[in-house]
Amino acid sequence: MNPSLPFFVLASLSVFSALMVVLSRKPVHSVLYLIFCFFTIGGHYLLLNAQFLFAVHIIVYAGAIMVLFLFTLMFINMNKELEPHKTNLIKVAATVAAGCLLIVMVGVTKGAESLAANSTRTDVGTVANLGKALYGQYLLPFELISILLLAAMVGAVLLGKKSVE
Amino acid sequence: MQLTNRSKIVVNKEMTFAEKIYLPAILSGLLITIKHLFRKKVTIKYPEQTRPVAPIYRGWHVLKRDEQGRENCTACGLCAVACPAEAITMTAAERKKGEEHLYREEKYAAVYEINMLRCIFCGLCEEACPKEAIFLTDRMVPSDMVRSNFIFGKDKLVEGVESNTRIDISQRTTAHRHQ
Amino acid sequence: MEFLLIKFVLVVIVFVISLGIAAYSTYAERKIAAFLQDRVGPDRAGPFGLLQPVADGVKMFMKEEIIPSNADRLLFILGPCIMMMTSCMTGVVIPWGHGLEINGTFYPVQITDINIGILYVFGVVSIGVYGIMIGGWASNNKYSLMGAIRASSQMISYELAMGMAVIALIMTTGTLSIREMVEQQHGFHWNVFTQPLGFVLFIICAFAECNRTPFDLPECETELVGGYHTEYSSMKLGFYLFAEYINMFISAAIISSLYFGGYNFPFIDQLGFSPNILSIVGTLIFFGKIFFFIFFFMWIRWTIPRFRYDQLMHLGWRTMIPLGILNILGTGVYVLYKNGQLHF
Repeated sequence: MNPSLPFFVLASLSVFSALMVVLSRKPVHSVLYLIFCFFTIGGHYLLLNAQFLFAVHIIVYAGAIMVLFLFTLMFINMNKELEPHKTNLIKVAATVAAGCLLIVMVGVTKGAESLAANSTRTDVGTVANLGKALYGQYLLPFELISILLLAAMVGAVLLGKKSVE
Repeated sequence: MQLTNRSKIVVNKEMTFAEKIYLPAILSGLLITIKHLFRKKVTIKYPEQTRPVAPIYRGWHVLKRDEQGRENCTACGLCAVACPAEAITMTAAERKKGEEHLYREEKYAAVYEINMLRCIFCGLCEEACPKEAIFLTDRMVPSDMVRSNFIFGKDKLVEGVESNTRIDISQRTTAHRHQ
Repeated sequence: MEFLLIKFVLVVIVFVISLGIAAYSTYAERKIAAFLQDRVGPDRAGPFGLLQPVADGVKMFMKEEIIPSNADRLLFILGPCIMMMTSCMTGVVIPWGHGLEINGTFYPVQITDINIGILYVFGVVSIGVYGIMIGGWASNNKYSLMGAIRASSQMISYELAMGMAVIALIMTTGTLSIREMVEQQHGFHWNVFTQPLGFVLFIICAFAECNRTPFDLPECETELVGGYHTEYSSMKLGFYLFAEYINMFISAAIISSLYFGGYNFPFIDQLGFSPNILSIVGTLIFFGKIFFFIFFFMWIRWTIPRFRYDQLMHLGWRTMIPLGILNILGTGVYVLYKNGQLHF
């Protein structure tokens, strides 16, 4: 068996589901395809021996954030009539913006071939190694992000509090 | 205006800490329910067990026969008149020659029907009967799926001729007499 | 090849046991409900009504299958499938016993011991909510949708608090693998003694995640007819109901392995039996613990009334999560003290 076969199966599935996110007519179907897409991306993490990342990806993205997406979408009555009319200018602007994003992404991956994935190390993504990396080498960015999240949490609590009359 | 001295003034008092964390309340609730786990069950498993009924219970009617197996009923209609629920209907017929062993009097009920859905089991038919022909017994009226099956004709009301198919009402009559 | 065969046999056994226990949980639920209410419960099918689950199953299969004409057909069918699949998947990482040593080879009684064990459980549980959401939405019924929305918001809220409780546990045990956690509780060193608050938080969240009373708002009959499974009939409804019982079994197993020592029992070393016998006894005791927790789930159900929705959210966000954070802080101090890095 070709060792890269699982990768190609997963990759084609993720591309397919990502396309279906855009092409589906019903918004709920789009979200479900997006969830499926997240699963296939999680599969890629597994192929890279990053089990912890896989689990967190599934719990946080597929399990929590997408539930909230679905949650909001179920409330919204998506009718054809209610859809705002898009002018040609907006369409052109959207195309240009998306094209720019594509260029940026391609540019990012351009230098990636020098960082060939070291697939011989099987313990690279385990919890212990990840923890050591986060609390050792990347301690400052990690703590900064946690402060950012704390700020967001405080904000959420403030919003959630009953307003004082 | 105070009608009784049992009224209670509702106080919306602040809960104490122990009440606020709910867990003690939940635990006491759990204790109450677990006690019930070991209590005697109140269920009566009906077809096998039956609830004990009083000797003068008023259930499924019976039309009695006399000692020679002749029907007591003479279709006088007093029971139907007495019936407050108008559940009883009957058609009278004259006794033919050669039917003396079937009917005690010259007149008998060719059709005798009690609508068990209307009957309130008050026992007034029994009180009204001059011939000691109708009695209420301690048998329950069984359930059924069809309304028409609750109109009991003579097939379900008249007792059998043989001694083992007779319906015993002695307890009821003695209870009657003792009053 | 032999490895695969053993794993396959284990998978089949765990699957059959989960289904069997779930089936008899329905019977136990009805019996316990009856006993707690001074009744007798089902006793007609077989001796003591023991064949009742079989009768229920046959009934479910025989019922007419109805798919509402305006429903999203594919998703309508997908809903119960996801629900059933996710609830069966969780049993994979639970260590059912220490293991048997046959001919010098050690066979652990566990399907797989992945190093993210407990996170795997969380991942699968968080997928489980899609079964309810998709089913409720696809039914095209307002009550179903309400049930689905309630289910999703409830499960997300309580997943957080559950995660907090488990984080504190991970801090004391230093591992994510459920097997290692169980091994550390050897004898009577159960985690419930070091993590009492965490245990209370975890079990409350487990109730909420299983949609059991007092958190059964998604299928709250008094308000929502049948909740998310209003439109379901036949075995698809059966799948939803059945998955709830499998979930209950699995959460009982997880609670007993995380906090009550799993297959460990007190005085395990003083008995002096051979390791294999001890392992079998341990598995039996593990199942005893599971049955106790299943009973506890039912006991609670027939004792406490249902929460109101705002009370549910209030409890989840304003009580459970702050308590969870407090527990994490306390555990941090405890861990430091235990390691001798903190001096008073």
